[in-house]
Amino acid sequence: MATLHTRSAARMMMAPSVLLLFAWMIVPLVMTIYFSFIDYNLLMPSDNRFLGFLNYEFFLTDPAFFDALINTLVLVLSVLVITIVGGIALALLLDQPMFGQGIVRILVIAPFFIMPTVAALVWKNMFMNPVNGLFAYIWRLFGAQPVDWLANMPLFSIILIVAWQWLPFATLILLTALQSLSEEQKEAAEMDGAGFFSQFVYIILPHMARAITVVILIETIFLLSVFAEILVTTNGGPGTSSTNLTYLVYNRALLQFDIGGASAGGIIAVILANIVAIFLVRIVGKNLET
Amino acid sequence: MARRITTQRKVIVTAVAWTIGIVLFFPILWTFLTSFKSEADAIASPPQFLFFHWTTENYLEVQSRSNYFSHFLNSVIISFGSTLLGLIIAVPSAWAMAFSPTKRTKDVLMWMLSTKMMPAVGALIPIYLLFRNTGLLDSRIGLVVVLMLINLPIIIWMLYTYFKEIPGEILEAARMDGASLSKEIIYVLTPMAVPGIASTLLLNIILSWNEAFWTLNLTASKAAPLTTFIASYSSPEGLFYAKLSAASTMAIAPILILGWFSQKQLVRGLTFGAVK
Amino acid sequence: MGSITLQKVSKVFGEAKVIPSIDLEIKDGEFVVFVGPSGCGKSTLLRLIAGLEDVSGGKIVIDGKDATESAPSERRLAMVFQSYALYPHMSVRSNIAFPLKMAGMAKPEIDKKVADAARVLNLTDYLDRKPRALSGGQRQRVAIGRAIVRQPSAFLFDEPLSNLDAALRVNMRLEISELHQQLKTTMIYVTHDQVEAMTMADKIVVLNRGNIEQVGSPMELYSKPRNLFVAGFIGSPKMNFVPQGSQTLGVRPEHIQLSMESGEWKGKVVVAEHLGSDTFLHVNVEGIGQMTARGDGSFPAKAGDTVYLTADKARIHRFNEQGLAI
Repeated sequence: MATLHTRSAARMMMAPSVLLLFAWMIVPLVMTIYFSFIDYNLLMPSDNRFLGFLNYEFFLTDPAFFDALINTLVLVLSVLVITIVGGIALALLLDQPMFGQGIVRILVIAPFFIMPTVAALVWKNMFMNPVNGLFAYIWRLFGAQPVDWLANMPLFSIILIVAWQWLPFATLILLTALQSLSEEQKEAAEMDGAGFFSQFVYIILPHMARAITVVILIETIFLLSVFAEILVTTNGGPGTSSTNLTYLVYNRALLQFDIGGASAGGIIAVILANIVAIFLVRIVGKNLET
Repeated sequence: MARRITTQRKVIVTAVAWTIGIVLFFPILWTFLTSFKSEADAIASPPQFLFFHWTTENYLEVQSRSNYFSHFLNSVIISFGSTLLGLIIAVPSAWAMAFSPTKRTKDVLMWMLSTKMMPAVGALIPIYLLFRNTGLLDSRIGLVVVLMLINLPIIIWMLYTYFKEIPGEILEAARMDGASLSKEIIYVLTPMAVPGIASTLLLNIILSWNEAFWTLNLTASKAAPLTTFIASYSSPEGLFYAKLSAASTMAIAPILILGWFSQKQLVRGLTFGAVK
Repeated sequence: MGSITLQKVSKVFGEAKVIPSIDLEIKDGEFVVFVGPSGCGKSTLLRLIAGLEDVSGGKIVIDGKDATESAPSERRLAMVFQSYALYPHMSVRSNIAFPLKMAGMAKPEIDKKVADAARVLNLTDYLDRKPRALSGGQRQRVAIGRAIVRQPSAFLFDEPLSNLDAALRVNMRLEISELHQQLKTTMIYVTHDQVEAMTMADKIVVLNRGNIEQVGSPMELYSKPRNLFVAGFIGSPKMNFVPQGSQTLGVRPEHIQLSMESGEWKGKVVVAEHLGSDTFLHVNVEGIGQMTARGDGSFPAKAGDTVYLTADKARIHRFNEQGLAI
């Protein structure tokens, strides 16, 4: 009588989701692995020789791969740094008493809810365009040559756009964690003679450690797959200067029609993501004891 | 921190906070304003801020030239459809896990969450080819299924945490009060679970609406939701800032409103409960 | 009507034998209190009687019928939970009416019974409020109301007063006792507070680690404790224990005479507690150690003073090596 259902009833209720997720996890992966070992190009679909690890070799030795790898890392790390440092700062700011706090929250949180394609296009056209964009206008106002952001600093521009979108997420999470810090702890620290900086380092930051960990984990997962922003602004260019791993595989598959090669790339991306995940969970996992 | 919060300090903090807030919000504000400008005004230099000739011509043109509302409808169908489908599958699952937990329940949950961490590119090629060969490319139903699958872990997880919060003692009280299992579910469990289900619904509609990997790759025109539609503006023909702004404003407005109400759910849903 | 018998009832959770074996008889109309320290199994025992947990062994007989396999709703018992467990989405009226609705009673009859219960418990003005708009004491009464309307064979209370502040607790204690006088229904009450046990019970069951240490009326437990555990648990402040060879002597603070001039034992006051009505002195007695003694409220001793203690010979308890009373 203690549990609501019998064992078998519970299992039946869980079955659909478990089966679906299992299929979703396994089937595409297996197929991608299969494709990665054959020669399959959509332009010449019938010739499907077994290639062994040739696709992998080509993919890994392609200079574009190395660029994509570096770009991916730079993108993820930069956005992480910007959002976490900025998020902590904003969280601390929003935790202070002020007038109209509710509205400021709305203003700060909003960018996260903008769909990536809109965000990217708004930035591309209305801010970063070297002729008509707002930045160009401001640059000219100070007598400087406007910068063609997307052409000259493509990766940086993308980092800016992505960071703008994810800063609210980090802020919201960190603010929630910050507000769970009891006022009494801070008061006790004050009685013990800790000034703001000491309180921040010894009390606030450790309290937020778990939330920071979670933000790093979640953001990394999503940032590894940044796609829409690149597609809609630079298409990975100029050259491969703003191509990340996701975009590279997309390019291979849907623009160059090289299914075999792209599949190898996809598997490499999966392996790398798993490595990062294990690495992350090990390093920061101790903070996540639930 | 300090007991005496001086008004002076409050004013300074307010000024700083509002400044930062407006700076961060500015792109959205700018888009909104530009949507009411003529195309000429949109690229005018110096940029017009408030005092220009406000017009709604862009909104009308976006609809007439590209049938905006059919894409809007696609977004609605796809996001609601995938979320509702996900709920139907997730509720029994989360239920069983919350009320009849076993030693392996937590592991199963972690595994489900891990499927969300798989990079989408790993599945892109087979899914794309599968859809192409079965005519599911550029179809709403195909997208509904895919988006349901990628959000299912979050839906299950959120429902699980909400169900677990229902105090066991209240269910026991119902049992002591003579309620049979079905009556317990109808009269006590479900009303208490409704807020949690609504919150989960809200967050996942938002996530599906904004999803921009599968929607971009699997749709082109017929089933294209707003994400894909807006992306088509990336290769412009002629002046179009104002129209882009109008299209964008309409695309983001519903979610901005919904998003405001879903902050708490966001924290719970996307941090997998690790932050409360 | 409300007699409950436990025969060799045991409960195992995984590896832990929480309740080894319990035999207990509860007569109809009795107010029985299960008391003991945290983890002694008193709540578990209550839940076994309620049917919210299954027994691992033994039989539970309610009103002459074997109820061991019966579902909670079949046992005709009502439970008041520590957290009140009110249905948050229902009004007070619906909360109290719920068990009657589950039993399929007709609406006019339900309304009447709810109105009666509300009157008895002073809830008539709150019938349309939701639980979150009520104070702790009011919620407590709603929980009791929900139990009363069912006219059960017995009421089960699981530490119902722990979430209330001290003053409210005293009031509710009286109310529950009065309720018992009025309804004359069997009540089984679980608490860790021995004051509640002493003031409310007809019969007290002292539990320790799943075993019954002693069953008896409050006065029995007070004046004739069976072993060291019961002697030390009942009575506040605790009984003083003085080792004497292989035996232990026990004497309650209130059975010790205090004097500033002379007495059997001499000691220095470490802490003096002046309550107005009584004075409790914690004394470091030469050759024995720390002892507590009660004196009249006007007894003037303060910390550092030398006092003399004399125990009332007739009220000394003796315990052997196993801790049993001799």
